Amino acid sequence: MTPAPAATGTAIGMSGLTVRFTTRRSQTTALDNVSLDIEPGEFVTIVGPSGCGKSTLLKIVAGLVTPTSGEVSLLRRPVRGPQKEIGFVFQKAALLEWRGARANILLQAEMRGMDRTTAARRADELIEMTGLTGFEKALPHELSGGMQQRVALCRALLHSPPVLLMDEPFGALDALTREQMNAELHRIWRETGTTVVLVTHSIAEAVFLGTRVVVMSPRPGRIIRTFPVELPAHRDYAQVMSDPRFDRLATDLRGLLGSAAANH
Amino acid sequence: MTENSLDTAGRRAADQTGGARAAASGPESLAAPEAADSATSSTAVAPPPGGGRPPRPTLGRRAVVFADSLWRPALVLAVFFVAWWFVAAREYVPNYLVPTPGQVWETMTTQWSELARHTVVTLYETVLGFVLAAALGLVTAVAIAYSRTLDKALYPIVLFAQVIPKIAIAPLLVVWFGLGLTPKIILAVLIAFFPVVISGVAGLRSTDPELLDLAATMGAGPWRTFRKIRFPNALPHLMAGLKVAVTLAVVGAVVGEFVGASEGLGYVLLLANGNLDAPLLFADLILMSAIGIVLFVLVEIAEALLIPWHASRRAGVSLTTS
Repeated sequence: MTPAPAATGTAIGMSGLTVRFTTRRSQTTALDNVSLDIEPGEFVTIVGPSGCGKSTLLKIVAGLVTPTSGEVSLLRRPVRGPQKEIGFVFQKAALLEWRGARANILLQAEMRGMDRTTAARRADELIEMTGLTGFEKALPHELSGGMQQRVALCRALLHSPPVLLMDEPFGALDALTREQMNAELHRIWRETGTTVVLVTHSIAEAVFLGTRVVVMSPRPGRIIRTFPVELPAHRDYAQVMSDPRFDRLATDLRGLLGSAAANH
Repeated sequence: MTENSLDTAGRRAADQTGGARAAASGPESLAAPEAADSATSSTAVAPPPGGGRPPRPTLGRRAVVFADSLWRPALVLAVFFVAWWFVAAREYVPNYLVPTPGQVWETMTTQWSELARHTVVTLYETVLGFVLAAALGLVTAVAIAYSRTLDKALYPIVLFAQVIPKIAIAPLLVVWFGLGLTPKIILAVLIAFFPVVISGVAGLRSTDPELLDLAATMGAGPWRTFRKIRFPNALPHLMAGLKVAVTLAVVGAVVGEFVGASEGLGYVLLLANGNLDAPLLFADLILMSAIGIVLFVLVEIAEALLIPWHASRRAGVSLTTS
């Protein structure tokens, strides 16, 4: 496993990010003056109601959306245009339906022009790590939702990115699969030391995975509060769920988000 | 390590039932018999743990499926022939209007060398026209899909080329390019071009925007994104367009021959018509349709070879019209 670069300074810096969309009829503010610094190796989870601009925030960090105003830096370099030092996972697996699981993972290598042998070895490592062994050749439509999302995760991790951005990656999965994927992602994060920013609707997911939980308000999206998660770095799903600290934090978050988000 | 792999296996099994459940149910999955049914069926569809993808159908099985898809059209065709033979042999219709299958067959065999020569000419015009239309259509589709400016500039021209009646400009093409092969090929290109453009644009635009975002974060240039993502993604649409185009190309070539030619099946048709030579007319028609059918099947085979992943998503093994 390639370790992430040594912890020096901020991995992601956002200051005063504001995004306004102009439609034909009106102007909407998606994000309003969002500032957040993320240290290397942190696992930051962002929770908030639908349409609070969480996804836009991730896309800004990835350089896929340019903010109306504000500054964003990735690995202490200002973000101008799409960033390469990241892995991105969407809610949809977004796999190429004509490629098998392994070939889908290797798309990352082909697009980057990575060394073939290194990439192939790394792909096999990841396939084993995520339990995809035996499904290397399976086409996406032959895989379950959870399996597809594992392939997407492997693809995002293939080039050992220092930063992993995840936009509701498990939102389309059923509850059981989701718990398994959470436990798995937690293990992968511990093993790789990658900085992760994960956007989610689920309070349980946010608390279980995060070292820090950021709560956002409905549109226009603002950061309401940031909670440090006082749980051990090494977490077990069942234990965390019965931990009183988990309950307390989850209750706080639920109160803050209001019933709209809690019902989600 | 053992513990880890056990864990993996368990997770996999659990994930599959989870997936099946997700596939089977809406919010209320409670004990409805259909829900239970579809749960079992979708478990059966899911790949076996550790076994990779489900086994492909064997050759024998494919032959059976193929034969099964064939007998119905074969029967209809047989009925049609018998009816034709009956009507013609009993002379319910005068023989100079509808010849018997026997007469047509006789013409076909006695004049075979001559007919074959004309068939080759028409085939050549059609294939060349189709290939040119496919190439030009694809380039135009890429230009339209990638550039807003070119979209606005080219689309009206493409549309104009489509709405103008091809038969009406055929004489003009003959005046411009003479009686040779050129006007026929141009006509075939003009008529086959449109479906290629339309299907190509639709295919290229159907790329998942998240995949394009992803490609951007992978640092890939437009060429790599086109080659690895957008073009393969467009292939199913494009192949559908090519299938339409290839049958239209035959029409283009024949229309070109109608207007002014000294060889080709269209020319033979006019000749046979003028001489009231019904058997030759029928033989000629059969050859024209044969060209269309053979080319269509060739494109379908190319489709099956190029995009097996797409064919495998459709039910059954399709070698013929799906």
